[in-house]
Amino acid sequence: MNIFVYALIFWIISWALNEWLVRLNIRLKYFQQLRDILVPILFGAALLGLWEGTTRGFGISEILLPPPSMIWERIIESKQILWVDFQQTFMKAALIGFVLGCGSGFLVAIAIDRSPFLQKGLLPIGNFVSALPIIGVAPIMVMWFGFDWPSKAAVVIIMTFFPMLVNTVSGLAASGSMERDLMQTYASSYWQTLFKLRLPMAAPFIFNALKINSTLAMIGAIVAEFFGTPTVGMGFRISTGFGRMNVDLVWAEIAVAALAGSVFYGVIVLIERAVTFWHPSVRNRATV
Amino acid sequence: MNKNFLARSKSIPLLTVIAAIIAIWYVGAVWMNSPWQLDRYEKAGVDWKFSQLVEDTLSQKRPVLPAAHQVIEEIWKTTVLKKITSKRSLVYHTWITFSATMLGFIFGTLLGIFLAVLIVHNRAVDKSMMPWVIASQTIPILAIAPMIIVVLNAVGISGLLPKAFISTYLSFFPVVVGMVKGLRSPEISQLDLMRTYNANNQQLFWKLRWPSSMPYLFTSLKVAVAISLVGAIVGELPTGAVAGLGARLLAGSYYGQTIQIWSALFAAAALAAALVMLVGAVDRIVMKRMGFDTGKAGG
Repeated sequence: MNIFVYALIFWIISWALNEWLVRLNIRLKYFQQLRDILVPILFGAALLGLWEGTTRGFGISEILLPPPSMIWERIIESKQILWVDFQQTFMKAALIGFVLGCGSGFLVAIAIDRSPFLQKGLLPIGNFVSALPIIGVAPIMVMWFGFDWPSKAAVVIIMTFFPMLVNTVSGLAASGSMERDLMQTYASSYWQTLFKLRLPMAAPFIFNALKINSTLAMIGAIVAEFFGTPTVGMGFRISTGFGRMNVDLVWAEIAVAALAGSVFYGVIVLIERAVTFWHPSVRNRATV
Repeated sequence: MNKNFLARSKSIPLLTVIAAIIAIWYVGAVWMNSPWQLDRYEKAGVDWKFSQLVEDTLSQKRPVLPAAHQVIEEIWKTTVLKKITSKRSLVYHTWITFSATMLGFIFGTLLGIFLAVLIVHNRAVDKSMMPWVIASQTIPILAIAPMIIVVLNAVGISGLLPKAFISTYLSFFPVVVGMVKGLRSPEISQLDLMRTYNANNQQLFWKLRWPSSMPYLFTSLKVAVAISLVGAIVGELPTGAVAGLGARLLAGSYYGQTIQIWSALFAAAALAAALVMLVGAVDRIVMKRMGFDTGKAGG
């Protein structure tokens, strides 16, 4: 009980501190940025503290919800297993599927760009398929491509293809007729217009798809493993860890998956900011 | 005339592409099912003609890729010809998945709106929580879905609620992001006008922020309902394959019943389409009553 009270006090203090921090009138930009990082970290720490305090304070069974400190210990202990699973699920299935799915979606979008007929035919289907629970094809892919990572990559390819297709096509339509006319007066060819005007204009849309797909790729790779795997992989470990009461290992896998997913997303955001530096949502970032 | 007609029409390109997909499907079915069929011919020592091969590959019991008519036949058998209460009825399984989806979707929407209102009105919540709301989605929650189900089962919560919980977690995110954007969409001049009317915070919210957030809300709801269906289906995977479309998928993959998997997939697709259309219909009605330009709404 005591520990829970401490955790609660910690929570309240950090909340009060956050309230104080955001009300501070800071002039220096550097300190503003520091605060914007500090506030969510404090919130996260308070959340972890509350978790630790609740599980230890009320003596919640480790099988139901292990405290964060125990999960951390487990991560340190079984680095080897986690690394092997990470390679299998993330580096092979998710990443390869992501690259192939996004790449083919992008190429198909370029290919149908010149044909309004194909666009009109494919776009409604693409929009429709994007709303479908595509993860359901996982058992079929496992049947077709076997238990190892190719079947998982195939699921990821199908999941990431359509968001990329739809977003790229609408991105390619984003440049205005004025700008296109200007390119025409420069006597630029189709490909020059594409590379110099339309693709840069489409970049925000394409990155939007990449961000959506980064989470989809992780989900696809892990969930597909529930339908059959060799004895390695994050999804395999998660689904079998329970039967063996290795709950802390399951949570360790989840922590790794969360970290990998966040870093994956973060890298895409960083690239986006570098590529689309001209876009209002990036330019205004410093002031908003 | 012909070219103009083709370029303007909406349904002809769509139908052409659909026809192409079905054609590819059949060719694929023949191609993927033929190794097994040829193997059988060889064992039986039968001379085979191509037409016979096509016919046989399209009517296998456990094909690698079932043909479209087989899937439709299976769907027909398990919906119309079976009693709805029967455990083999697809309608029964679809209903179970649908109820979990809706429950999760409603919870998720309410939670999302609540969080968005908090975020818009309190700077500390905004600064400290928004990054975590975004981070929460980079966590492959679906991966934890089986665990949440097992944990909740251990605590004694079973049936609909655990699945709905996963749907909630998945669907609250688009709603939060959309609503925060929507509640902040009134322009400064509009906010100023409200202030000159001496409107208090509550009036500001109900008369300006809330109405102007509606298009954003419905755009997010369409995403949310689709994703909450995914959550419900994945949530059904670990429950020992009892009921629901996810359970049908898993059972089908255990026993190699490909036609069953495909029919469950089609049912899921139909359900997704119906849900999105339902939200779209509500969207149009609300927008119309509020006097939004329906051509632009939700965009």
